[in-house]
Amino acid sequence: MSVVFEKTQLLTDKQFHYCPGCNHGIIHRLVAESIDELVKEGKLEAGNIVGVAPVGCSVFAYDYFNCDMFEAAHGRAPAVATGIKRAKPDTLVFTYQGDGDLASIGTAEVVHAAHRGEKIVTIFVNNAIYGMTGGQMAPTTLVGQKTTTSPYGRDEAWCGAPIKMSEMLSEVPGSYYIERCAVNNNANILKTKRAIKKAMQYQLEGKGFCMIEVLSTCPTNWGLNPVEAMKWLEENMIPYYPLGVYKDKGAEQK
Amino acid sequence: MALTLMKGSEAIAEAAIRAGARFFFGYPITPQTEIPEYMSARMPEIGGCYLQAESEVAAINMVYGAAGTGARVITSSSSPGVSLKQEGISYAAGAQLPCVILNVMRGGPGLGNIQASQGDYFQGVKGGGNGDYHLLTYAPSSIQEAVDIMMFAYDKAEKYRMPVLFLADGIIAQMMEPVEMPAMVDYKVDPEKKPWAATGWKPGDDPAKRAVINSLFISTEELSQHTEKLQAVYREAEKNEQMWECYKTEDAEFIITAFGTVARVAKTAIDEMREEGLKVGLFRPITVWPFPYSHLKEACDQESVKAVLDIEVNEGQMIEDVKLALNGSRPVEFLGHCGSQFPTTAEIIEKIREMKEAK
Amino acid sequence: MVKVTINEIVCKGCGLCVRACPKSVLALSKTKLNAKGYHPAEVAVPEACIGCASCARTCPDVAIRIEKE
Repeated sequence: MSVVFEKTQLLTDKQFHYCPGCNHGIIHRLVAESIDELVKEGKLEAGNIVGVAPVGCSVFAYDYFNCDMFEAAHGRAPAVATGIKRAKPDTLVFTYQGDGDLASIGTAEVVHAAHRGEKIVTIFVNNAIYGMTGGQMAPTTLVGQKTTTSPYGRDEAWCGAPIKMSEMLSEVPGSYYIERCAVNNNANILKTKRAIKKAMQYQLEGKGFCMIEVLSTCPTNWGLNPVEAMKWLEENMIPYYPLGVYKDKGAEQK
Repeated sequence: MALTLMKGSEAIAEAAIRAGARFFFGYPITPQTEIPEYMSARMPEIGGCYLQAESEVAAINMVYGAAGTGARVITSSSSPGVSLKQEGISYAAGAQLPCVILNVMRGGPGLGNIQASQGDYFQGVKGGGNGDYHLLTYAPSSIQEAVDIMMFAYDKAEKYRMPVLFLADGIIAQMMEPVEMPAMVDYKVDPEKKPWAATGWKPGDDPAKRAVINSLFISTEELSQHTEKLQAVYREAEKNEQMWECYKTEDAEFIITAFGTVARVAKTAIDEMREEGLKVGLFRPITVWPFPYSHLKEACDQESVKAVLDIEVNEGQMIEDVKLALNGSRPVEFLGHCGSQFPTTAEIIEKIREMKEAK
Repeated sequence: MVKVTINEIVCKGCGLCVRACPKSVLALSKTKLNAKGYHPAEVAVPEACIGCASCARTCPDVAIRIEKE
């Protein structure tokens, strides 16, 4: 028997605490597999990996990634990653952040990490809601979307239209590679992994700031079952947050 | 060794470098901007890193990241900026990260002003950030003392795995004094000495040795165990690290308590009063956390002592610790101003005379 | 011959693997309950499996292992 698919050693044995169907688990695996492959390809030393976990649903990510990990204050992961990368330039440093963390409380940190061309990779998981606190409105919540703090649906006149981080960060001169992905089907899962791995490779080559935004479901707080939630993401999130490469300085140079 | 005339900011910055600091993350704010300026020129010369952060919030979180790799890291700011750092300071205390934080205090609350002040005593020693934590907090009263403390600050921070805070007023940073600058320490991260740091763990290594720099302990039992561990460290630091100075207290009728540069004004006043035959002494805490409670009580419990005068450049903050130390054994009076006005020797002498007449 | 192993302890019965399978090999168990209280996924039609690993790739709990003869 040959193994076609098994769990990567870059994930610990700890079971994910995420709700059934939550996309965090898929995205964790893609990040871990990408790093594992770079190690196996001889592009990265196994001891030179540090991840930074956020505050939010993925706050316990330090229990899942099988490498040295930091737990940052809410939104501050890019600043923490900056400190780590400056102290250990040979280390692959990634942050893993949700939309409350990155697109709300941590906007200054991510914008300036991009602005400095910080050689880190940020994985930005956008599920258009605050998951950990129980389904409140996020800056990424869609217009009309009902949450526990927008019970009548998000009103654009009252609190603005959802923020588009990939578009915004691609305009920052220091950013190097920005792509928005989703993990709603097999093809997109494979694409997301390719994007994450490319970003990691750019970091190892000493290029600038890379961010991969991954659209994700939150079945529990959206009030849908995991399969319905994937459909909702396809019908509502992808049209507003179009998938694709927003910036790739590496490709421009080719 | 030769004495060099140096500005306080630059002497403190150079001392940090000589103590092994190779990473500085900060943001300009008066009256400490000469520290980042000095670091921006000096760090590249010695293969270190100076990085201007987008905010004090980001700077302290960069400190968190770099300190977690075992490096010796420093940040500096002044009062409103240190308020912004409180989030990261609490996290560093929770995650037990050694680092050095400088607060060159200016007037508050809010923007206050840009002159020297001692208004952040409460913030420094009574919390500032959330949760049950302390910082090993030094209040130097001269540039030389700040330099000398800096030379062992990292050793203490690493011994106890806690951040060290310098509570310096703007005078220390802005004045110039002759300083004897100690020799450069050769510091390298030793993973054996810092097993908690992110120094290159890989799958297959002992899982218990994987670095997880973290202040989150979600179960009540785990958090309780963690904070008890922190408290045990604090009790140990209280036992070993108290520093204070007694100046002419042995036969004193009145004892002045003061910290930082204002203690130097008090000393001048004491010398003048002694010439007139007024027996006054000074008790100066050098560590304001741990506060030298029992030593202050011992100095004030001498039979000769009638009363205590606490002098600060604020509206009365350390006085609470002075009263705690004395526990009612002597009356405690206060002399101080906010708005960064330092009490003059004349004011101090007048106040002591009033106290003497009232007896 | 493909062998699909589902870790029933870890599975949360979300059904994403069932949705992802192009050959309708998988189904959520109608009878079993795991310790977490979920109906875990099971291999209902093993002979139809082509070993594409779509199920494993979509599983948020990395509960699926796939081997080929």
